[in-house]
Amino acid sequence: MSGLVASRVGIDLLGRTVIDDVSVTVPAGGWLTLVGPNGAGKSTLLRIFAGGVAHRGRVDFDGVRLAGLGSRERARTVAVVPQEPARPSGMTVLDYVLLGRTPYVPYLGIESAADVAIVGELLEVLDLRPLASRSVTSLSSGEFQRVVLGRALAQQAPLLLLDEPTTALDLGHAQHVLELVDELRVARELTVVSALHDLTFAGQFADRIAMLVDGAVAAEGVASDVLTEELIATHYGARVRVVADTDRGVVVVPVRDRARQEASP
Amino acid sequence: MTTPLSATESPAESPAESPLRPVRLPRRWLLLASALLVGVVVVGMAVGPAGVPLSGIVVEIVNYLPGVDLDGGLSDLESAVLWELRAPRIVLGLLVGGMLALAGAGYQGVFRNPLADPYLLGVAAGAGLGATLAIVTTADRLLLPIAAFVGACVGVAATYGLGRSAGGRSSDSLILAGVAVAAFLTAIQTYVNQRHSDSLREVYGWILGRLLTAGWGDVVMVLPYIAVAAAVILAHRRLLDVMSVGHAEAGGLGVPAARVRLVVVLAATLGTAAAVAVSGLIGFVGIVVPHLVRMLAGTSYRIVLPLAAIVGAAFLVGADLIARTIVAPGELPVGVVTAFVGAPFFTLVLRTSRGPA
Repeated sequence: MSGLVASRVGIDLLGRTVIDDVSVTVPAGGWLTLVGPNGAGKSTLLRIFAGGVAHRGRVDFDGVRLAGLGSRERARTVAVVPQEPARPSGMTVLDYVLLGRTPYVPYLGIESAADVAIVGELLEVLDLRPLASRSVTSLSSGEFQRVVLGRALAQQAPLLLLDEPTTALDLGHAQHVLELVDELRVARELTVVSALHDLTFAGQFADRIAMLVDGAVAAEGVASDVLTEELIATHYGARVRVVADTDRGVVVVPVRDRARQEASP
Repeated sequence: MTTPLSATESPAESPAESPLRPVRLPRRWLLLASALLVGVVVVGMAVGPAGVPLSGIVVEIVNYLPGVDLDGGLSDLESAVLWELRAPRIVLGLLVGGMLALAGAGYQGVFRNPLADPYLLGVAAGAGLGATLAIVTTADRLLLPIAAFVGACVGVAATYGLGRSAGGRSSDSLILAGVAVAAFLTAIQTYVNQRHSDSLREVYGWILGRLLTAGWGDVVMVLPYIAVAAAVILAHRRLLDVMSVGHAEAGGLGVPAARVRLVVVLAATLGTAAAVAVSGLIGFVGIVVPHLVRMLAGTSYRIVLPLAAIVGAAFLVGADLIARTIVAPGELPVGVVTAFVGAPFFTLVLRTSRGPA
């Protein structure tokens, strides 16, 4: 089938099983969000999907096994927005986004006018054109996150992986970036897999949610099936209220434990 | 895509219609560096213990253009001083200086470590041991560069072997292995030195670096290595820019980061070993020249690599000019001059430039 198919994926790191027998599918054009407590293996699973690490099981995209692709071919298929991307000092926004063209630039060559044109169009779409000649080290977190997204989009890969794309952002910028990803997903027919900490964002933006616990899928489905008060209490050890949000999933609100609150003066 | 995206965050501070220009080597810096290089070479040709008239030198150089045959009025002796003493020494200085700066920039790129220098992975200690053994065991000085070259290669091979067995492919384990290998080889070298204190002075002179030549032999010997090494490093200019986001991200962008690092390290090491073999351990050029270029002209390797090669060449020829004239008729080791002149100059640029290197 088209889209991402991961079957019986697993990996051991430093003698510990980090991902254990995970099978998920994301249809082409869909958005799957991975949630789960710290250390559940969300980032590791994304790394496996990105194709750069040896693992058990297999991951196919549009019927092609990712582990079998060469590094350039893989970079044209999967683009990653890392959790903490490096900011090379002195590099301009334009040159940074042009890094995304690397899988199309000849090995020892430099980028062509066509590459610059593709990136120029992306900068317009992402509203980054006025920042093109600014250094990436001078940008705010929100601006830089859009620039990193631009670099990933410049790879023109049909599969986009986002590892905690909103961690460094305030509420407004986080909402804005996720909104942008959703628009681009529709406009460019991207398949998106993201890891998100914020359960409300997860409940609002993804088609489907997989909750990872200790490297295995504890629950998978639409937001209202996975983000329940019981599952969150069990796996996060957190007290929350889950509020249904008319047509766009759920809102997860943390609430304080009344008993504890009264016990401490 | 009709939603207005973040109009609040980016006020139009630069004109949005200006054309998009990817980073490239700025012409004015290229011209400036080239002018510096030509100036240093001309002065280097003109200055020396034997007075040779400048006009004659210019005519002699012009005569090398095709179809030109002028009489510069130089005697055979003056002509010999120019072409058999000064010219080979200057050309050797250009090759060694350019190579050390280029190798330093290459190491700094693949290791993403601003303190990386051409002697990082045991090259210096290996070459030092090789040269010391050659000096104490044989009177044949033609063997010295070969021994130094072999020693340098052995040092790096040991570092690579140790680094791989200790920590796989990480940069840190490789650099730490270099520290261990250097300490070990230096210990052997010091022991050999102590046992042969009569040749201490000669070993010491070699370690401080010098550009003594007898004709064109040394130039011919190192040219192939340095030409190949420089070409390989320069060809990686864009890939080194990609590597500046780190190995993992570069891998995601389709760059085989481990392979790029291996190729650049091999080229930089080969070129450094060749340079060290004929010049001794000239410090400072490989670490300071690339940083100087970064601070003044830009951080992209498309700028740093070519400019570092030119500026490194000019810097070493200039330093050698000082080394052979300032205490005439004696000579200072050029490595002393590079540090003595280079360190204050570098500090000055560090203070006046804005951003971090």
